[in-house]
Amino acid sequence: MTVKLTALSAVGSLVWGTLLAGMRVSPVPLMRGFGTAYVNIVRNIPLTVIIVFNSLGLADIFGVTLGASDFKIQGFRLAVLGFIAYTSAFVCEALRSGVNTVPLGQAEAARAIGLSFSQTLRLIVLPQAFRSVIGPLANVLIALTKNTTVAAAIGVAEAAALMKTMIENEAQTLLIGAVFAFGFVVLTLPTGLILGWLGKRLAVKR
Amino acid sequence: MTSVLYDAPGPRAKRRNVLLSVVFVALLALLVWWIWQTMDDKGQLKWALWQPFTTSEAWTTYLLPGLGNTLKAAALSMIIALPLGAFFGISRMSDHRWVRVPAGVVVEFFRSIPVLLLMLFANEFYSRYTNVTTDDRPLYAVVTGLVLYNASVLAEIVRAGILALPKGQTEAAYAIGLRKGQTMTSILLPQAVTAMLPAIVSQLVVVVKDTALGGVMIGYAELLSARSTFAANYANVIQSFIGVAIIFIVVNFLLTSFASWLEGRLRRSKRGTGAVLTEDTVEVNPAAVGGTFGTGAGAGTGI
Repeated sequence: MTVKLTALSAVGSLVWGTLLAGMRVSPVPLMRGFGTAYVNIVRNIPLTVIIVFNSLGLADIFGVTLGASDFKIQGFRLAVLGFIAYTSAFVCEALRSGVNTVPLGQAEAARAIGLSFSQTLRLIVLPQAFRSVIGPLANVLIALTKNTTVAAAIGVAEAAALMKTMIENEAQTLLIGAVFAFGFVVLTLPTGLILGWLGKRLAVKR
Repeated sequence: MTSVLYDAPGPRAKRRNVLLSVVFVALLALLVWWIWQTMDDKGQLKWALWQPFTTSEAWTTYLLPGLGNTLKAAALSMIIALPLGAFFGISRMSDHRWVRVPAGVVVEFFRSIPVLLLMLFANEFYSRYTNVTTDDRPLYAVVTGLVLYNASVLAEIVRAGILALPKGQTEAAYAIGLRKGQTMTSILLPQAVTAMLPAIVSQLVVVVKDTALGGVMIGYAELLSARSTFAANYANVIQSFIGVAIIFIVVNFLLTSFASWLEGRLRRSKRGTGAVLTEDTVEVNPAAVGGTFGTGAGAGTGI
């Protein structure tokens, strides 16, 4: 469940985060403003508040069910929605710092050969930016993996929720805690190592 | 503001930008209108539901004590985590393998476990093996979880801060005959601490946000759980969420602005080495700080 939550949210927030980053560097002032406002607001709200709001506010009061038939699926989808909304703010910031690492000459050359803003961004800047931010994005992904435990707050049966019930019903508190902790170490350490290695390999040599 | 990514707009580009702005505003307006309409449909815009925020009772009974508890847990965790973090950060740079390796293992371990698991575990641990009273237990558990996690994050910040100092500092200290301990305490740490301040303040934002976990999962009476009693009393779920979110945003925004102000000040000041450690330096350059343990799990500072 943890893995599924992480994977779906990661893909979603990558897409939405890239769009936001595009907005933040775009020539249209209003889009820049919206991007900045979104990132600053969402970054400063605790993820827990967003997740619980999705469940109590969106679902119970506004009746947003996201096409889910039963309570469990609905909770899962709401959690994914919350994670995407939250994580994309961080993806956007990571990407923006990546855009800043691309040398000025690259964008200038792109403009000189007559590419438009969206072409410059799509063909020249973003591909280089992505390669230079693999490390920071890996950190975001790892944080997301750990953050999925927050979904326990709205009753999604992921690792933290399982551990809570197990730890309360079984005698071996320490053992159970250790097993779950180990599970997360196994999930996050390789991600960091593999993506760190990939980041070094793919980094644009300058 | 000009950017290298696009030319200064000419007449056609200006027209296109205006057009895009209009389309974007229209889309935003549509979204706002849709939210407004939905809220209206469900009767969420009634003044009676918002009115509690104007009464002093709502603030003194629910929101302020909640905020107080949030800040109390955050402050306690930070105060305990700082020395611990410094200890582990310095141990990790030790010349002795038997100090360096265990410190590294501890730091990497706690960095890769979710805070929530640590809190839940601490909570259960206290209830089984110690005689902490039920009233105090949530606070203890929240603080324990936050301390364990943030000490390891701070350890990395300390390590990065010390490694960011120019090498000449250490060499000069050795040259005038200081010992390793003296070099650390009287030369490196004082300079590193100023360089690390912005990163530490940013970490405080994370701590404040993470206290909310304790409210939902182990019943610590902080702002988010104060919200639920508040909402239960006034029957205004949506409004209470918006109010609490705004409080969090204001608190964290103040902290973030303080951090960037500090950073700017440190960058500008002539004194010191000019080495400033921000959230980004820790994040973007795991390779630069990568010591004995490769790049590590990466704490994802700020999240």
